[in-house]
Amino acid sequence: MASSKKPTRFRVVGKAHRKVDATAKVTGVTRFADDLFLPRMLFAKLLRSPHPHARIISIDTSKAAALPGVKAVLVGKDLPIPFGILPVSQDEHALALDKVRFVGDPVAAVAATSEEAATEALDLIAVEYEVLRAFPDALDAVEHPEPAIHDYADAGNIHKLIHLEFGDVDRGLAEADLVREDLFFFEGNTHLPMEQHAAVADWSPPPDGKLTLWSATQTPHYVHRALAKVLELPAARIRVIACPNGGAFGGKSDPFSHEIVVAKLAMITGRPVKITLTREEVFYCHRGRHPTLMWVKTGVKKDGAITGMHFKSLLDGGGYGSYGVASTYYTGALQTVTYHVPRYKFQGARAFTNKPPCGPKRGHGTPQPRFALEVHLDKIAEQLGMDPAELRLKHLVPPNSLTANWLRIGTMGLGPCIEKVVRGSGWKQKFKQLPYGKGIGLACSSYITGAGLPIYWNAMPHSGVQLKCDRGGGVTVFCGSTEIGQGSDSILATIVAEVLGLHPFDVAVVTGDTDLTPVDLGSYSSRVTLMTGNAAIQAAERARDVIARHAAKKLETPIERITFAEGRVFDVQEPERGLTFAEAVQLAEAAEGTVGTVGSYTPAPSAAKYRGAGVGPSPAYSYSACVAEVDVDPATGIVRVPKIWIAHDVGRAINAATVMGQIEGSVYMGLGEALMEEMAYRGNRNVVHKIPSLLEYKSPTTLEMCDVVTYVVEDPDPNGPFGAKECGQGPLLPVPPAVANAVYDAVGVRIDEVPITPEKVFKALRRKEKGEAARFGPARFPDIAWPEPTRVAPPWDGGDGRAAEGGRGRKKAAEGARR
Amino acid sequence: MADAKAKIALELNGEPVEVAFAPHKTLLEVLREDLGLTGTKHGCELGECGTCTVLVDGTPVLSCLVLGLACAGHRVKTVEGMAERGTLHPLQEAFAELGAAQCGYCTPAFLLAAEALLATDPSPTRDDIKLALSGNLCRCTGYIKIYEAVELAAARMRGEDAKPAPETLYGVQ
Repeated sequence: MASSKKPTRFRVVGKAHRKVDATAKVTGVTRFADDLFLPRMLFAKLLRSPHPHARIISIDTSKAAALPGVKAVLVGKDLPIPFGILPVSQDEHALALDKVRFVGDPVAAVAATSEEAATEALDLIAVEYEVLRAFPDALDAVEHPEPAIHDYADAGNIHKLIHLEFGDVDRGLAEADLVREDLFFFEGNTHLPMEQHAAVADWSPPPDGKLTLWSATQTPHYVHRALAKVLELPAARIRVIACPNGGAFGGKSDPFSHEIVVAKLAMITGRPVKITLTREEVFYCHRGRHPTLMWVKTGVKKDGAITGMHFKSLLDGGGYGSYGVASTYYTGALQTVTYHVPRYKFQGARAFTNKPPCGPKRGHGTPQPRFALEVHLDKIAEQLGMDPAELRLKHLVPPNSLTANWLRIGTMGLGPCIEKVVRGSGWKQKFKQLPYGKGIGLACSSYITGAGLPIYWNAMPHSGVQLKCDRGGGVTVFCGSTEIGQGSDSILATIVAEVLGLHPFDVAVVTGDTDLTPVDLGSYSSRVTLMTGNAAIQAAERARDVIARHAAKKLETPIERITFAEGRVFDVQEPERGLTFAEAVQLAEAAEGTVGTVGSYTPAPSAAKYRGAGVGPSPAYSYSACVAEVDVDPATGIVRVPKIWIAHDVGRAINAATVMGQIEGSVYMGLGEALMEEMAYRGNRNVVHKIPSLLEYKSPTTLEMCDVVTYVVEDPDPNGPFGAKECGQGPLLPVPPAVANAVYDAVGVRIDEVPITPEKVFKALRRKEKGEAARFGPARFPDIAWPEPTRVAPPWDGGDGRAAEGGRGRKKAAEGARR
Repeated sequence: MADAKAKIALELNGEPVEVAFAPHKTLLEVLREDLGLTGTKHGCELGECGTCTVLVDGTPVLSCLVLGLACAGHRVKTVEGMAERGTLHPLQEAFAELGAAQCGYCTPAFLLAAEALLATDPSPTRDDIKLALSGNLCRCTGYIKIYEAVELAAARMRGEDAKPAPETLYGVQ
């Protein structure tokens, strides 16, 4: 997709650039959603359920509506059309219709002239509930199908059941020299962006009938679709503007109740309406990491070569679908992309429970199985008497290959990543050689650079860019991508500047506005640099071609010799013969009219054709290796992490400084998940959130954050723009297992569960003292009535990427694509 | 709601200002809603995250926990007061240069907390910086670029011709 005329030396790409929005951010000028104040604006508040699971018998809003200052009150029947991010789980209502499914589920909404009046009005709304039995966790939901949380599910309270088998795993295990089984648990945790969600809606009444919504969203295109559906407005009359997000990490990628509610309130009142969630409400929005119970059985030869792997996961989904079906597939998709797995079987289940819905958090469904796999391999290495780094290095997936589940691997830089962290950390002098209490652990990972398929089935590009060249020499790039702090606006400016020979600050960037910008699917699945980057290259090259044509004519030079650099358009063999970029644009504009171009990007079709193959394929996979050093206090179980070495294969850094920031930020978030972050609920059927506050939800402060040594590995991938792959999510993944492996090296106990809290370490140490299993972790995986497997022969068994039996892969291809 | 408005005078970003507001309002609300200075952010409005940090008489305070009324006659500084005559403060410059502002939401608070630190200690150690910023949460950066930016700005404010280390921007080679 990228240019055939790729420059071999870059002028802009690869250097450390100040981001195009850096000045606005350090001066406080950036306008986040809650910074918008419109004349006559009303303030909205949501009444939320105090019960985890209940039927709504009646709602009386008359007293609230009569309160001075209150302009409108909404309940579920005012917005009866369901929505949800995935076509297969349209199971949410803006306000509960007849049932609430978690403490915090929105039930009614008020718009008033002040936040105080709206809050007071909430207290005057009388809701009568019939309380139902609540389900506090996935095990309970699996074992009790009634009362059903939803009227749709694969079985009882099991939302989704998956069973995929690639080759004969039993045969693979029979060929092994060692077969090992392990159980792991990854506790749920949340994104915790510093910005609370906020949205402002404005309505221009008929005959315009136009709605504008500003929101802290990562996915304006999907919000656009949800608003059109629920409000029954033509999409052409709805404008969604994604404000810069004050942190998101996946937590702002669903269409939300509060966005639909303020839109409806603006339509009813004819006034702008704002809502800003409290921090407590942000915990109720959640969509964070699924708590996941995992069982893994792997067969290996004496040299560590894997002969077969069987992986089971059980996800605690919370009250709604969200991205959960995709999350469930993701817990089984990427086990095959790091080390060669010739035969692979995956069984995944997601249960509905009465907690805030889980969804995509940084790494979406893959940090949990990666934790399990990397600790499991550490144990296998020990049993085989192999160095864990050597075991991994010996069995890397080859570049340019297909995996057992038909994922197409391009460049694969994991080997150099492992070598860098091993050398940098002094691994060989430290592993198994540090004094008791000190330890070192290694883990690796991989992540997708964008999902190969869109969330809803369609044949259109995933990313579009428009470019306008101004006769003054400036260029504006329009793209639907959303700046969430990752630097996506700067990526666009950098890439356009590289192609057109400009400075990134010469490029104006307009993003995330459904009226102004072509669709980009959103800032999720680490897709933005690759997809918008390729679209931007295409648009910029088309503009370059138009401008070059007229510059060549003017300079009387063959067009092949026209070069763009330093704001000039010139003859590469006689650089003094040239024009300014502005002059060249003027020539093109005089001859052909306004200079504007478009570019778009669609990933190549996946090799996988079976049902469920919508999750896993990607244009490119990033790779990371991590070594963590820990200090464990055996007296208290407290684990401190002084230092982490991380190497990340980013393909090619577009902006070196933002790559560093993404890697360090990923390590930070992985460290939080490893040591302390958890969504905890009170241990009874009330299922009340224990800690909906920033004080009680522990996240690393400056005092807990470790030192980080970062190595950027560049192995340019032909599918990436100038070779770039992702770096915003992948480097999180190896951190929790590296810490767990280091704890074992330090004190000889296995903590098969994150977060690795002092209590767990202490208990495991006590067990070890008593001669019991030196371990803390789950004890069983429940019996689940799995469906018959979808059997797909791996490439080396002569398969074609389709399912062998039942035709599920053929008949339901479109459904399989819905992820 | 029906409260009569209170009126106070204070020094805001070096200028005398008078402002009238409902007397129950916090300094955070007065700044954002009554003075239109939305550079000061909020993450919890409970005093837990540090995101609303401003300087009152040079000391970092959580503006969500301070009543607007309590600021009568005091000097308040917000992020809008850091750049002077179109020139960024060295801290702002270093934060922008190193990418210490990712989403930028916690950035105003970190800048002001760091400014207060450098006002009392022009040569802080890494541990001094960690301690001074330990009341501010950032979810994007892992704090590392923030430490490096404070160190870079401190060096420049001491008159040194400091440049970022290559491994800060490009990693270890």
